[in-house]
Amino acid sequence: MNAADKPLLSVTNLKRHYDVRLPGGLFGTPATLKAVDGISFEIMKGKTLGLVGESGCGKSTTAKLVLGHIPVTAGEIRFDGETVTANHNAQWRAMRRRMQMIYQDPLGALDRRLSVADQIGEPIQIHAPETPKAERDERVASLMANVGLRRDMADRFPHELSGGQRQRVVIARALSLKPDLLVGDEPVSALDVSIQAQVLNLLDDLRQSTGFTALFISHDLKVVRQMSDRVAVMYLGRIVESGAPEEVFRRPQHPYTQALVSAIPTIRRSAVSNRIVLKGDPPNPVNAPSGCPFHTRCPAAIAQCKSEVPALLETAGHKVACHLVNNAPAGAGIAAE
Amino acid sequence: MDAIVSIRNMTVDFDQGHRFVRALHGISLDVGRGETVGIVGESGCGKSITWLAALGLLGKRARVGGRVMMGSKSLLDLDENGLADIRGGKIAMIFQDPSSSLNPVHRIGRQIGEALRLHRGLRGGAAKAEAKRLLDRVGISNAAQRLNEYPHELSGGMNQRVMIAMALAGEPEVLIADEPTTALDVTIQAQILDLLRELSADNEMALVLISHDLGVVADMTERVAVMYCGRIIEQAATDALFSRPVHPYTRGLIAALPDIVGPKRRLASIPGTVPPPDRLPPGCSFAPRCARADQACRDSQPELAGIGGQGHDVSCLHATELAMTAMREAASNEMERA
Repeated sequence: MNAADKPLLSVTNLKRHYDVRLPGGLFGTPATLKAVDGISFEIMKGKTLGLVGESGCGKSTTAKLVLGHIPVTAGEIRFDGETVTANHNAQWRAMRRRMQMIYQDPLGALDRRLSVADQIGEPIQIHAPETPKAERDERVASLMANVGLRRDMADRFPHELSGGQRQRVVIARALSLKPDLLVGDEPVSALDVSIQAQVLNLLDDLRQSTGFTALFISHDLKVVRQMSDRVAVMYLGRIVESGAPEEVFRRPQHPYTQALVSAIPTIRRSAVSNRIVLKGDPPNPVNAPSGCPFHTRCPAAIAQCKSEVPALLETAGHKVACHLVNNAPAGAGIAAE
Repeated sequence: MDAIVSIRNMTVDFDQGHRFVRALHGISLDVGRGETVGIVGESGCGKSITWLAALGLLGKRARVGGRVMMGSKSLLDLDENGLADIRGGKIAMIFQDPSSSLNPVHRIGRQIGEALRLHRGLRGGAAKAEAKRLLDRVGISNAAQRLNEYPHELSGGMNQRVMIAMALAGEPEVLIADEPTTALDVTIQAQILDLLRELSADNEMALVLISHDLGVVADMTERVAVMYCGRIIEQAATDALFSRPVHPYTRGLIAALPDIVGPKRRLASIPGTVPPPDRLPPGCSFAPRCARADQACRDSQPELAGIGGQGHDVSCLHATELAMTAMREAASNEMERA
């Protein structure tokens, strides 16, 4: 099947800037916040791209742009060959039913006055109102079974469910229209460890049975590795490194990814000895540093990093945006394994 | 080991209007001088309540039983004045969300100054100099200027440093850190954990780290207690607990964690959910979710008892058998690594 070689979602040089006002002057000084500043990626049909980064790096903005919730400042998003716009017209609505979203906080994403069955059936009612009620009920029942919700829970309300069960309702609802693309913005971050594992396994099973394509956003590298075929690491609105998770997390090339990977506390003690602790906080995206956005915290920064933005260059499927890596003679990465 | 705080058989019941619901079922825990102790468990297991109860912070609707001894003082018998000396003085506590623990309308300097006045009797210039020293100590650059700023002008990581500076103001013997890095980014978490590690080593201050993150606890502590449904179900030296976990719940938690290295595997999830405190099953509270549970488990609550010495305590009827399995697994992991 050659459909699998075609990207379902392709994003080219995507930018989203916000006009903000900084303190100073009578009405403040105008400034530009570059939430997303020129990112490109593709997701092949049936594959999952994991997007990792710290708060404020632009990963959630990317999710909103991809779904057409907010207009782009520059760049292009193509979903199955068609351009995604933020004009909420009939064409967008038709596209939007094929792209669904799972949010971090299930209680906030659910309507507290609707029972579980009504929540899951609602998208079908909205996007396919011609569906007879009997068929809709049947679909709801089978969705509930698929996500592991008991039949007798159909009449319960969100406040009567546990956090894990609520997230299952959100997942069932997102899958009710058999979407081609599922965007998960921190879908398991609010859950306890044992429940998190249940939901991750569930998403994995559903992906195998329904074959959806996914954009999986999380700050947790371990979760992203578990779920993704490819990962992209974001820092201040840019992708600094991307590739297969095994490659990126085992042999990180970009100094930021190296610090991120080494900072993960693990139950294997050996990690403590070679931990890289970065100095300072991420800079405010309103006055992002010139050149490489990471140079202010980078332990290895050179003069070139302050003036030139490094390009995201590829070697054998592994892309890195770092002068030190890209300047180095071929095959000699700056990082030892 | 001389314990600086020792909790014995502590229970907490919450008044639900028409009845009491027991949230803590008899916790006993010692914290030694300068020791770092981790307390792990999922939400609602009672890990925070234990310490809030010990410091009398639970309010009138909670009925607290048992004993909490600090030296010769029994904390649960102290009046408000007596407790006020302990809180922030001998035992300081920091919480998950620094921005909600700090007062948004007062400058940082004034908030640290308040702690210095209450606990050390410092005022004016002396308080200001000490506040500046504390900010320097917790790694805030440009301390003199920061004293005049408001919490909203600082980042989350900085605010957590300010909270730690305030906690240090009373020169506490024990610092209770309740999920201190949960709201922070990974790279900032690494900074704060380093700071806590450094402080507890320097000051001979005991550190109690409450966290849901097994990785953080493994990194930071010497000894760990795992809690489930208001009970400690396993406690041991950190190395022993993570290399040879015995209780099926501890083993389940560890197996449910995704890895960052090694081959990708399907996560082993623990089936079911944590029962609410007013609907605990009779017998072992983990039995309904446990693959090993038999009739005996469903009938009686096992006591926390030592296995094989070295302070490894487990509350499970199948502990002996599971300990053997854990030993075998640890040995084969060891072989694999070699």
